[in-house]
Amino acid sequence: MNPIAFIYLACILFAIGSAAVLLRRNAIVAFMGVELMLNSANLAFVGFSRMHGNVEGQVMAFFVMVVAAAEVVVGLAIIVAIFRARQSISLDDPAELKG
Amino acid sequence: MFWVVATITVVPSLALLFARKAVHVAMAVVLTMIGLAVAYIMLAAPFLGMVQIVVYTGAVMMLFVFVIMLIGVGGKEDLTETIKGQKWLGLLVATGIGLFLTGVVSRVSLNVQEPPTQGNPTEIAGALFGRQVVVMETLGFVLIVAAVGALVLTHLPRLTPKHSQKEIAADRVRVGANPVNKPMPGVYARHNALDVPALDPEGKPIDESISRVLEVRHQTQSEEPFHAHLEEGGDK
Repeated sequence: MNPIAFIYLACILFAIGSAAVLLRRNAIVAFMGVELMLNSANLAFVGFSRMHGNVEGQVMAFFVMVVAAAEVVVGLAIIVAIFRARQSISLDDPAELKG
Repeated sequence: MFWVVATITVVPSLALLFARKAVHVAMAVVLTMIGLAVAYIMLAAPFLGMVQIVVYTGAVMMLFVFVIMLIGVGGKEDLTETIKGQKWLGLLVATGIGLFLTGVVSRVSLNVQEPPTQGNPTEIAGALFGRQVVVMETLGFVLIVAAVGALVLTHLPRLTPKHSQKEIAADRVRVGANPVNKPMPGVYARHNALDVPALDPEGKPIDESISRVLEVRHQTQSEEPFHAHLEEGGDK
């Protein structure tokens, strides 16, 4: 299979992830959308790495994974803190700040 | 094989848009991550495939599930739109992003090289700990900072000072309560004698030794008949 097919797959997954971030109100689901976007970028890295025949892209994808893991830890901690403060994780609630 | 991978990545990830409950979304995304791991292995990156399974399905998504457990599985998402037309605008932007990316990719033509024949983890190890070793160290630092940050963010400050056992005992003495434990009831032990008060060394009954619950229910017995019986037995 030509690796370019996986690049197209990565594009589709990125679009789905961005749609989730834009449309969903639940903070956790939106956050999973961010994860999906990161993973699709990883898939593109690995696909191009395969096409170029070296491992630099895979190394970069590995770094992305590590940073994503750190990001998930902090992001989920923030979500838990927000939930404790206002008993809700709806992304719409900050709209109440508007006058 | 590609189509299998495409199916088990794209179809579950659509749950991000359509599934109602966060738990269902998390499980679907786990399936997506497994599909991506298969894709990595197909793209001659078995090391990354394994890392993907360990890090994403094993750690990250389980962390998500734990947080969903902490926050509550229920929680209806309210679907009232605060921004008018956000739904259609969001869908439009997302499809725009997708079309733009595929359009760009379709204009690229790259010759596919042979994958590196040497064992893949060996080569990645060479890259990670050779050329990119500074980045590796930095990432370790990032992970530590993230862990500490999570601890700080979820830390609950204690609102009241903590009472030590010593302070609790001192408080009891101060208010004049009996500082020692109450004696056990039922010194007479003729039957299951929790309802009979114990005797102090002078032979007087200690009313406190009976559970307050039994007193409230009027299920206690006076000790006199037992005492009398005991003295009869003593005469024998």
